[in-house]
Amino acid sequence: MNVEPTVRVEDKLYYNRYLVDVGRPHVTVRAHTTPSPQLLALLSACPARCYELNDNGQVEITVDGCIECGTCRVIAEPTGDIKWSYPRGGYGVLFKFG
Amino acid sequence: MIEERFDAIVVGAGMAGNAAALTMAKRGMKVLQLERGEYPGSKNVQGAILYADMMEKLIPEFRGEAPLERHLVEQRFWMMDDRSHVGMHYRSDDFNEERPNRYTIIRAQFDKWFSSKVREAGATVLCETTVTELVRDDRERIVGVRTDRRDGEIHADVVVLAEGVNGLLGTRAGLRSRPKPDNVALAVKEMHFLPRETIEARFNLKGDEGVVIEAAGTISRGMTGMGFIYANKECISLGIGCLVADFQRTAQTPYGMLDHFKQHPSVAPLIAGSEVKEYAAHLIPEGGYKAIPQLYGEGWVVVGDAAQLNNAIHREGSNLAMTSGRIAAEAIAQVKSRREPMTATNLSLYKKMLDESFVIKDLKKYKDMPMLMHTHSQNFFLTYPQLISKALQNFVRVDGTPKVEKEKATLKSFVKARSWTGLFGDACRFTRAWR
Ligand SMILES: Cc1cc2nc3c(=O)[nH]c(=O)nc-3n(C[C@H](O)[C@H](O)[C@H](O)COP(=O)(O)OP(=O)(O)OC[C@H]3O[C@@H](n4cnc5c(N)ncnc54)[C@H](O)[C@@H]3O)c2cc1C
Ligand code: SF4
Repeated sequence: MNVEPTVRVEDKLYYNRYLVDVGRPHVTVRAHTTPSPQLLALLSACPARCYELNDNGQVEITVDGCIECGTCRVIAEPTGDIKWSYPRGGYGVLFKFG
Repeated sequence: MIEERFDAIVVGAGMAGNAAALTMAKRGMKVLQLERGEYPGSKNVQGAILYADMMEKLIPEFRGEAPLERHLVEQRFWMMDDRSHVGMHYRSDDFNEERPNRYTIIRAQFDKWFSSKVREAGATVLCETTVTELVRDDRERIVGVRTDRRDGEIHADVVVLAEGVNGLLGTRAGLRSRPKPDNVALAVKEMHFLPRETIEARFNLKGDEGVVIEAAGTISRGMTGMGFIYANKECISLGIGCLVADFQRTAQTPYGMLDHFKQHPSVAPLIAGSEVKEYAAHLIPEGGYKAIPQLYGEGWVVVGDAAQLNNAIHREGSNLAMTSGRIAAEAIAQVKSRREPMTATNLSLYKKMLDESFVIKDLKKYKDMPMLMHTHSQNFFLTYPQLISKALQNFVRVDGTPKVEKEKATLKSFVKARSWTGLFGDACRFTRAWR
């Protein structure tokens, strides 16, 4: 995908505070063999780069760095590719400034 | 489980929810407000410009109490190509007035304060509580909510949905559809810290004076998008946003675009040497008037971003949120004072009052703008900025070319890029949408 090599999102997420709800991801990807165009779009559109391709060419999500923007929901929930909710109360990203 | 019954439940403690909860509590109603964040503001992202007029209508004495950053004395509009910007700046000492009109704020801090006023007014505010579902009775009326914190249901006469742009509850309950990729923009934002004196020197400010820069052009790479740079007291808010549909189509990354914007030769010196302390992202409703959903029903109303009440052209959102929250609350209080039930017919008063306000009037004025910007994004965000930059460079650069030839060259470049009919069409379309 067209991910710019010079920008490391991990470094940006490092500034943020999170309370991770271990074992209860609030966004999940439906099992698939070949990803849909919508799922592939998330590789670049997610501002926290939570979506990655695994070795088998499937799209996986790690929600720990999610900033809860809702972009992936807008793109890939209508096709049923992902399930999207908010984290449980108090969990997830905690903006100090916002 | 909360056994008691409430006059109203407000979902969300952002601008719209706080305005609604405050207004109803002040009128003596029994209000429960639920917020999923650790504290109000911990999930919220804004530029952020606060418009004083709408705040004053809620808390007249806010200037002396609220955490405000700088009052704005200057507004800059930049049209950018890759190496230049064409700017229009408006600065006036008139803005150094006793009751300034606009301020920069930091949302997480502001919301916390705003919420303290809601509590003072007598509302019950529960944080760290995500509302998971709306509860209906056997006649399909909304009668309460379910949360992830307690078992069972919490009941109220009316539910005010102030849940922000994603509007998950309303969508799940079938009250409105999910935002569409071409009706919402994704904005990413960073907070850059610098010593106060450095900010004041770089932006030509003294004391608490502030300035904001709105930027458009090739920074969004031909997509419908805008950048912003806002001066706070000891930090600079910097961000950029584009329609989700454009991100989806182009496979550009939001952080790539943000870093590109930061490296622009007009921007980089403003933030040089800063310490970044946060990276945030949020959606902005951009669909305008045509995207406004049903605003009320049996036992519910929707306010703020959840109702798509956002004026993307003027970058106004929080004021529309506050105003719609306040007006919905006033309508509810009127229905209650008449001792009537919260039926759709009675709650239609909210829509009637909102139609009369600047909220709907402004959105109506620009009803064709979102579509125009989207369908012609290449022209408005790529071609024109480049042409105008070239034209001005041609105008100011002294190189011995006769002025007549320079003007001809400029005109030719416009016609070549857009053709006469294209230029005429763009001008007509723009004027029509602006009117
Ligand atoms: C980058 C950016 C810059 C902006 N700049 C400006 C600006 O300069 N000026 C301006 O006026 N506007 C601006 N806006 C728009 C403005 O931020 C919004 O219009 C405004 O915040 C909307 O207020 P709201 O109360 O409707 O929604 P929000 O402020 O988003 O509040 C929604 C609240 O509901 C809570 N919530 C949601 N779902 C649930 C649930 N299920 N259970 C419990 N709680 C829930 C959320 O945690 C949140 O606190 C900007 C927006 C962005 C993203
Ligand atoms: S909500 Fe936003 S940050 Fe979280 S996974 Fe989806 S796109 Fe990424």
